[in-house]
Amino acid sequence: MPKSYTVQNTDLLDTQTLEVNFGPQHPSTHGVFRMFVELDGEVIVTLKPVMGYLHRNHEQIAENLTYLGIMPYTDRLDYFNAMTNNLGYAMAVEKLAGITVPERAQYIRVIVSEFTRLINHLSLVGFLLNDLGAFFTPILYAFREREKILDVFEEISGSRMMCNYLRFGGVKCDLSPAVLETMKKITRNFPKFLDEFEALLSKNEILCMRCQNVGVLPKELAVNSSITGPVLRASGINYDIRKVDRYSLYDRFRFRVPLGRKGDTYDRYYVRVLEMRESVKILEQALQDIPVGEILNPKTAPFAKAPRNFKPPVGEDYGRIESPKGELGYYVVSDGTPQPWRYHIRAPSFINLTILEDICLGHKVADAIIILGSLDIVLGEVDR
Amino acid sequence: MFFGLGVLRGLMVTLKNFVTSYFMPPDRGGLFTVEYPEKRLPVIERFRNFPFLVYDKDPENPRCVACEICANECPTKCIYIEKDTDPNKKPLRRPAIFDIDITVCMNCGICEEVCPFDSIYMDHPFEVASSDRLEKLLFHKNDLLKSNDYFHKIRPTHAAAIDARRRAVEEKKKSAAVKPSETGQPPKAQNGGKP
Repeated sequence: MPKSYTVQNTDLLDTQTLEVNFGPQHPSTHGVFRMFVELDGEVIVTLKPVMGYLHRNHEQIAENLTYLGIMPYTDRLDYFNAMTNNLGYAMAVEKLAGITVPERAQYIRVIVSEFTRLINHLSLVGFLLNDLGAFFTPILYAFREREKILDVFEEISGSRMMCNYLRFGGVKCDLSPAVLETMKKITRNFPKFLDEFEALLSKNEILCMRCQNVGVLPKELAVNSSITGPVLRASGINYDIRKVDRYSLYDRFRFRVPLGRKGDTYDRYYVRVLEMRESVKILEQALQDIPVGEILNPKTAPFAKAPRNFKPPVGEDYGRIESPKGELGYYVVSDGTPQPWRYHIRAPSFINLTILEDICLGHKVADAIIILGSLDIVLGEVDR
Repeated sequence: MFFGLGVLRGLMVTLKNFVTSYFMPPDRGGLFTVEYPEKRLPVIERFRNFPFLVYDKDPENPRCVACEICANECPTKCIYIEKDTDPNKKPLRRPAIFDIDITVCMNCGICEEVCPFDSIYMDHPFEVASSDRLEKLLFHKNDLLKSNDYFHKIRPTHAAAIDARRRAVEEKKKSAAVKPSETGQPPKAQNGGKP
């Protein structure tokens, strides 16, 4: 892959490059994201990502809130994956304050975060196909399944997307047997849907031609730019924080980490499909083994009623999880008051976006759109 | 394998989905969306939208005692409360003004969690869109006050649990009423208010 692309020398005509602004109001940029592109014909010569159109001052707002008050704001970071955002933040604060989580709550956390992974990867594949021009058939099949999971989330937390479900030391509400049964049913039927989805997409020649060998991300570049998540694993590097940190209860479940071979757009698509299959495996095990017990640590239960009494000891901590998009980290500094002194987020979408120029150079404009789609960004998280 | 087989197999999938969406029940691949304004799905009990205030018997005496805990804990600070006073300017334990700016409210449900008086809960109606954002989208006390029966109607299990707990507290208080001082004081009344 060329690090820089030089304009082809044409002896016949005196040509110029064309500067195009993709976005911020372009439907293919997945939100208010601007790509400043210099084109030679249809080939990309330079590409500068311009971010910040959705900046909402999340970190500064959070420093003026109680620790519990930040929880609903984290839902709005990556609005597809509210549950994993909650989990990362809750884990950072639990580490800081030294709170343990009861076993049933840990199981519930694993279950909801794996369902979130399903939602994220489903919508990613759907939107990627939308970018490729397969308008709305794959995404509606994906959203049909997503809807069933969102109904479960609404049943347990009260809201489909802005769940605000986790609490420090546990979760907000218990899962009823009926909900567990629904979850089991969704998990049982999911592989069948995935088979059908793959029959529709994975061997489709048009998808293969558009995606294979497009936007190859070499291993070295991926590691050097600290790419994480499925994008890194599609380049063939075995790094999954669920396996590395073994946080929550992930050491109890048997699952494998799918890896790509080449690191092109097709690998990034296919790694996600395989990850959904692994998530289903985790869900099956977790739903089978979930024990009975309390869902909130009795020591922290009073703080849910009185958030201002929750004052973690002076110190700092960093909690990270494998969110569906990559390593989602929360860095919290406490000065012993009810509000964090400093609060910072390591957003996977933002850091995965930094390699966009390197893997787009030399490709056509239409390829840049699907490369961006396969990186899986959500602007709520990029700009915060 | 000849070129185009994958596309043909994909088209078989779309054909199958086209047929099942018409002739199968919703859980086996059929349509499960409804045509919204005419037909509606039942609202899930735990669904939360905007807050409302509960009163037991008459709206003049709501459960809310204007302690302002919800206003302080609200992450977006969308609640504004003023205490009521009697003619001698002595503060009463009920709100004179209770406004919620629902253009700001983000439906997180923290107010209902922190309320020590079981007074504020999240409501179900979601069709509150209006062309007038200043008046129609600022809920005043009279818009917010709803009866306990309404609460039972929208959230049967939750309301029953709350009622059972309140009854237990009342009985405890009655049995302890030999000591005359603290009657009518809900638990932890002095604890909240200002942080």
